[in-house]
Amino acid sequence: MNPKNFNRLFFEPIQAATLSHSAAAEIFNKDEARTDWHDETLWFVREKRDKAVKQISEWEQLRTLGSDIKDHTLSNLDNYLTEFEKNAQANGIKIHWAIDAEEHNEIILRIIREQKVQQVVKSKSMLTEECHLNDFLAQRGVEVVDTDLGERIVQFRNEPPSHIVLPAIHLKKQDVSETFHEHLGTEKGNNDPQYLTEAARQHLREKFIESQLAITGVNFAIASTGGFVVCTNEGNADMGAHAAKIHIACMGIEKIIPKVEHLGVFLRLLARSATGQPITTYSSHFHQPRVGQQMHIIIVDNGRTKQLGRPDFRSSLKCIRCAACFNTCPVYRRSGGHSYHTAVAGPIGSILNPNLDMKANADLPFASTLCGSCSNVCPVKIDIHVQLYKWRQELVSEGYTATGKKVAMKGMAFVLSHPSIYRITGKMARWMMRAFPFILNNKSINPWYKQREMPEAPKQSFRDWYKKNKQ
Amino acid sequence: MSSREKILGAISTNKPALIELPVIDIKSTSNLAADWVEQFIKILESIGGTVIQLSSIDLIKKEIQQAKIGGEYIVNTLPILGEVNTEINSTMEASLLETVDRAYIEGSLGVAENGSVWLYEHQIKNRLLPFICQHLVICLNTNKIVPNLHEAYKQIDVAKEGYGVFLAGPSKTADIEQSLVIGAHGARSLLVYLISE
Amino acid sequence: MKVGLFIPCYVDQFYPKVAVATLELLEKLGCEVIFPLNQTCCGQPMANSGFASLSEGCDKNFVANFGAVDYIVSPSGSCVLHLKEHLHDQDEIKASNIRKHIYELTEFIVDILKVENITASFPHKVGMHISCHGQRGLHLSSMSELSAPSFSKPAYLLNRVKGLELSDPKRVDECCGFGGTFCVFEEAVSVKMGKDRITEHAMNQVEYITGVDVSCLMHLEGILKRQGSKVKTIHIAEILNSD
Repeated sequence: MNPKNFNRLFFEPIQAATLSHSAAAEIFNKDEARTDWHDETLWFVREKRDKAVKQISEWEQLRTLGSDIKDHTLSNLDNYLTEFEKNAQANGIKIHWAIDAEEHNEIILRIIREQKVQQVVKSKSMLTEECHLNDFLAQRGVEVVDTDLGERIVQFRNEPPSHIVLPAIHLKKQDVSETFHEHLGTEKGNNDPQYLTEAARQHLREKFIESQLAITGVNFAIASTGGFVVCTNEGNADMGAHAAKIHIACMGIEKIIPKVEHLGVFLRLLARSATGQPITTYSSHFHQPRVGQQMHIIIVDNGRTKQLGRPDFRSSLKCIRCAACFNTCPVYRRSGGHSYHTAVAGPIGSILNPNLDMKANADLPFASTLCGSCSNVCPVKIDIHVQLYKWRQELVSEGYTATGKKVAMKGMAFVLSHPSIYRITGKMARWMMRAFPFILNNKSINPWYKQREMPEAPKQSFRDWYKKNKQ
Repeated sequence: MSSREKILGAISTNKPALIELPVIDIKSTSNLAADWVEQFIKILESIGGTVIQLSSIDLIKKEIQQAKIGGEYIVNTLPILGEVNTEINSTMEASLLETVDRAYIEGSLGVAENGSVWLYEHQIKNRLLPFICQHLVICLNTNKIVPNLHEAYKQIDVAKEGYGVFLAGPSKTADIEQSLVIGAHGARSLLVYLISE
Repeated sequence: MKVGLFIPCYVDQFYPKVAVATLELLEKLGCEVIFPLNQTCCGQPMANSGFASLSEGCDKNFVANFGAVDYIVSPSGSCVLHLKEHLHDQDEIKASNIRKHIYELTEFIVDILKVENITASFPHKVGMHISCHGQRGLHLSSMSELSAPSFSKPAYLLNRVKGLELSDPKRVDECCGFGGTFCVFEEAVSVKMGKDRITEHAMNQVEYITGVDVSCLMHLEGILKRQGSKVKTIHIAEILNSD
């Protein structure tokens, strides 16, 4: 068999046309120096998180509270959503419900057309990424300007963000400088972050002032008051929302928290987990549109109710999108967000995305060694590594696995349940490795051998030794 | 069936049995107001803010007068500091607010653990003001500093007005190769005058 | 104390000296060690690949071999963790009993045997590799992500070995990248993770890298040998058993 087909049969699960995580990761790792740089940059963010966390003696208590509040909320979600809706409407906010990405996009388009909106600015919203809003609107002649600096950079470059908090973390200063030179006319070769940020400030300031519609995300939606909170460091969400005559806030159903006092817990957890800051520069609390403004909230399902119905995976909905799990994940740091081919990458993405599309995301739960670091940094104590293991079982039982792998596993199970067959197989394998080393010492057939020597094959197994010496 | 009904129906079917809501019972690590002030200053300065402690507002009044003479577009919203800029109201256009160089506003309380200040909408006059001005100055009474966010939320009423914000420092970003740049889209600097009467 | 010795499949086949060291060490520490002859594997390679549904036969064999001892000890954190979390059988009483009495070697020595003195001598510079499943799963040592007091059962023992100079890599508990079938299905990332561990240990000029899991060590050893490095890997049982 052609070695290429052998690899594909055994190592590539059945999935859609995008590169699997392992294939994309292999390409990423070809530039080892860049991989080191990406890895160290994100590890640095993990270290900042550690430093911030160690200053809060009640940190573990906060995590437990955050986790328990979210667990409770999910168990009463429908009531909290209707409470939220009622209170928000009483405050003059229009509420929309979208069952899926398409409906979410259509609602926004409708508002744009009805209100004759010409310019749109958008601050960071992973939900709008998930719904591919920008592409949808662009195809219908509406340009959306992403105003978070990192997002604007990747928007100019026509690529998706690679990290939900640090969208351009995969880019170096030189890359940003080239992009800004091309799109903003900045000095060629000037890589100074201060200079480049100033250029973006001036450019986007115009957009804020000119735009009629500002789209934002929602970090937390408060059921008891009908209000919502948006957190940024740059101030771009507010610059957009307070200047535009229409503000649309997009939220997944799971963004609800019961009461205002719970914000104390979540705002203490969020920024420390995300970037090691005690709080973001701006934590804006919206309750009513300003005078003369229209305010809309779109409440989106897009697979979340389905996840809610999965007992093993529903707690993934507790996620507050801090990306602490990304920063600690040794695999994410060495493969980059784009290799996960989804809006939300990293460990949390690997347990959220299979719910949306098992076929396309069958590779993600396997992009992990199950080391468990993610679960430890999660501010709301999602058992991410446990869910990664469980998704593997789910995907295999649904048939999303390479045929070769299935055959090999069945063979392994058979051998390991029959002690004498196990012993003979082991003996034969060791004999073959000693007699014909070139069979496994072959980079095109044996992936282990690409960059590692095989272990030595001893003449005696331990059992052989035991029988000879101890019995 | 509307999407609303479908979603709520799906939640009702799929949600787990009711889990109890926990009680928040966090004790602050210090009961001394002096500690809170010290921590507030330390943290706000570490995140790019400047803090100046004053026992009287005279210095600020003078500063505003001089700056206005100097030709900068200074906005003052506190009557005790002198003439208030009455043109700043909730309907003022962004294109006009854009030219504000410095704005003086009053804060409601400060949070020691994170160096943030709570601002009510009525204090900022226009929601855009604290963001769109080039430099922001907040006047805050020293005795309005609380140890942490739990305490803060007990003392403010976030739903009382249409908008409010915890503001902690000047705007910033580290989106370009993790280099911290102070002054992103919001104000380029934040100065907090802590006033003890 | 009657101890059933569980030797992971790949240790039995490829690193028998680790198993010998484990047995000898336990006997030195006063245990009566029994090695059930028909044991095979804990079932983890299949389960971690999503094929836990195929482990019934393997589990049954495990229960049949280990149903009748007070303690089961194994020189492998990940195998022990897997059995503790996932071993089930038709005879659920036996399986449950096994789950309650199965220990990784160092936790057995520290928590059950409560050994304080080690007579071993190993005058070398040794780098501590913390294996993830033993650490985060079995709590063999504290975890860098958590705000909690620092401790390490393996280091506690190694620090009592004569002449041994123990060092930690900069990233004290980052995964080595083995991860079971991950090591071949995500080969590029797996090896990169291993290389990075080795680079950090090299900065401490270690002669050996040790840990509680042969799987991690096998993976690191493969890279070290390919690099032509003089650094060797050695399982903690071999160190604790040395004279």
